[in-house]
Amino acid sequence: MHELLADQAVAVEAGLTRLSHVRPGDRGVIVDVRADHATGHGVDVHELERRLLEFGFVEGAAFEIIHQGLFGADPIAVRLDDMRVALRRRDAEDVWVRLDAK
Amino acid sequence: MSEAAIRPARVALVGNPNTGKTALFNALTGARQKVANYAGVTVERKEGFLTTPGGRSLSILDLPGTYSLRARSPDEAVTRDAVLGRLAGEVEPDVVVAVADATNLRLVLRLILELKAVGRPMVLALNMYDIAQRQGLRIDLEGLQRELGCPIVTTVATRKRGIQELTAKVDELIASGALSTANVWHEPSAAEIRGAHREAQRILKAYVRPPEHPDTFTGKVDAVLLHPVAGLAILLTLLFVMFQAVFAWAAPLMDGIDAGFAWLGAMVGQVLPNGLIKDFIADGVIAGVGSVLVFLPQILILFFFIILLEDFGYMARAAFLMDKIMGGAGLHGRAFIPLLSSFACAIPGIMAARVIDQKRDRMTTILVAPLMTCSARIPVYTLIISAFIPNRIVGPGLNLQGLVMFGLYAAGIISALAVSFVIRKVFWRGAVEPFLMELPTYKLPSFENVFRNLLLRAQIFLNRAGRIILPLMVAVWVLSTFPGPPPGATEPAIDYSFAGMIGQAIQPIFAPIGFNWQMVVALIPGFAAREVAVAALGTVYAVGDAEANVGALGARLAQHWSLATGLSFLAWYVFAPQCAATLGVVKRETNSWAWTGVMFAYMTTLAYLASLVVYHSAVALGGG
Ligand SMILES: Nc1nc2c(ncn2[C@@H]2O[C@H](COP(=O)(O)OP(=O)(O)OP(=O)(O)O)[C@@H](O)[C@H]2O)c(=O)[nH]1
Repeated sequence: MHELLADQAVAVEAGLTRLSHVRPGDRGVIVDVRADHATGHGVDVHELERRLLEFGFVEGAAFEIIHQGLFGADPIAVRLDDMRVALRRRDAEDVWVRLDAK
Repeated sequence: MSEAAIRPARVALVGNPNTGKTALFNALTGARQKVANYAGVTVERKEGFLTTPGGRSLSILDLPGTYSLRARSPDEAVTRDAVLGRLAGEVEPDVVVAVADATNLRLVLRLILELKAVGRPMVLALNMYDIAQRQGLRIDLEGLQRELGCPIVTTVATRKRGIQELTAKVDELIASGALSTANVWHEPSAAEIRGAHREAQRILKAYVRPPEHPDTFTGKVDAVLLHPVAGLAILLTLLFVMFQAVFAWAAPLMDGIDAGFAWLGAMVGQVLPNGLIKDFIADGVIAGVGSVLVFLPQILILFFFIILLEDFGYMARAAFLMDKIMGGAGLHGRAFIPLLSSFACAIPGIMAARVIDQKRDRMTTILVAPLMTCSARIPVYTLIISAFIPNRIVGPGLNLQGLVMFGLYAAGIISALAVSFVIRKVFWRGAVEPFLMELPTYKLPSFENVFRNLLLRAQIFLNRAGRIILPLMVAVWVLSTFPGPPPGATEPAIDYSFAGMIGQAIQPIFAPIGFNWQMVVALIPGFAAREVAVAALGTVYAVGDAEANVGALGARLAQHWSLATGLSFLAWYVFAPQCAATLGVVKRETNSWAWTGVMFAYMTTLAYLASLVVYHSAVALGGG
């Protein structure tokens, strides 16, 4: 657990953000897709990771946040290369991204 | 004789969702289609036939769309098993046709790499090539063909372009005796998926030049349709129109069907001699078939909207907009349309729950759909309200009767949300499935596709639901007809029938909620369809043509029932699973008597408890 936190601290220091924390208009590149969050997904983290990868949330992919829902700013709609994918913020926590400077 | 003459060669269409597989399937096979279910699962199996110019007959299988052979939903499992030849009663395909949206190749390339590992001979259909050309997308077909090691055909499924070339290629592949290579497919790990993505990326870079005029239409439309406020407002307006159409457009058709069957029944009545056979044909079979068929206009109108919005690409947007709101009650965004449809009738609502791909989400939706106030409850509500609720103005523009009606609708909605909340919290705790959904580019729906799909819905409803519903209707008729009344009977015939006996025997169970035995008897034929209860009450209280004569029946009820009993009956109708047709469809859609039983049990329990509370509260307040 400690290691994990340290790991995340490093990530934040390196200028990385979780995809769950972004706002419409944000653009950037996906840097890391992990299998960290162990709870609350009805599927295990490795399964979630594979689903994210299958939808194109893969390291190196360019993205832009195009829309978000009215309540709780959830879910979000992401343009990924040339397609659009909607997902809930809670499912996007393990996707670490680097935002382009605005 | 060659083998080809003995059985048609099997061709399977595989691809991502929304790449035009169904359009391609329709273009290939035209009207030569048949729809059934796969053995043991409720996933639709669509098979069609065609003869190639070379005289070979092909059987084409339209498989559910998927992003990977690593299946996540029952639909996707069918695709995987069909491709791998693992399905019970199915042989593996001789040729796989991978269907790709030419404008969105990234994800499908990964699927193609997986398909290659399976080792069946394959043709790649680059569909939506018209859009690709309009966008100025350049694909090096020669190079891609070499790289993937399979022939490529460009197609425009909606305009039937490239179809002949596609069949020719398939024919050629079979004729050349192209053999399968060993199947080396296995579930890819995360690392392998990453690897496949890199490979797909490399292929894309080498052979596809990005479009000169990328699609901006979808982005522009989304700016409005996915706008947090305007988008929701548009969705609600759309739903209002749809709801309105289901009621308003269907009404004349439904009246027509009703009248048609009444006429048919009367004709039969004139031709056949009086007696059991006549009763059976006129009241059992014709009235039974009629009471099922009468739902058809609503179902078709509803599906017309659903198919249109689906083909346009809007459904995923509706799910996006509603997800948070539905999510509060533990429902999936896509549950919105099925639940809304259930206000017309739970049957199309439950059928529409197919758009939800997660099994648990779909089950929850199906379980709560019948709590939405369907149109068949309206006659019952109207009768009881007119009998017991004074027609009084209680505020500006507020009429007490209208208020009670509104309250009944609200009770249905609130209880549906509450039940799904409880299901999620108690039974499937923490099991909220991830919500990941592609938002497809908008496309103009093709008329032919919409029409064909609509025809398919009608066929499915009539064929399969009818097979379960009709026997139930006949059973109810038998129960309320036999044995006939003794000579010189003074009471209505139904009192002497099995239904009457059952009603009187189980009345003690209903005594605590204030039901008399006549009401219990009326509940039994009411089981065939809710609104039949009105006619049945008319029968037991001997008011002729009760449905047309609500006033007289209402007055009679007001004499015989206390206010508490009337309210209790209303509460019962909010919850009770009083509809054999719905249960039949639930059985068909879930393919499980257990789930059907669960629904019946929980709804009956809720109905009983609600009536109990309402009855005793009303008695305590002096309404006994
Ligand atoms: N312009 C154009 N539109 C197409 C073409 N093929 C299909 N469409 C449209 O694309 C939309 C989706 O087509 P479908 O056939 O329903 O796609 P599908 O792959 O069967 O979708 P799922 O059943 O959800 O997997 C429809 O609106 C079609 O009319 C094509 O070649 N060109």
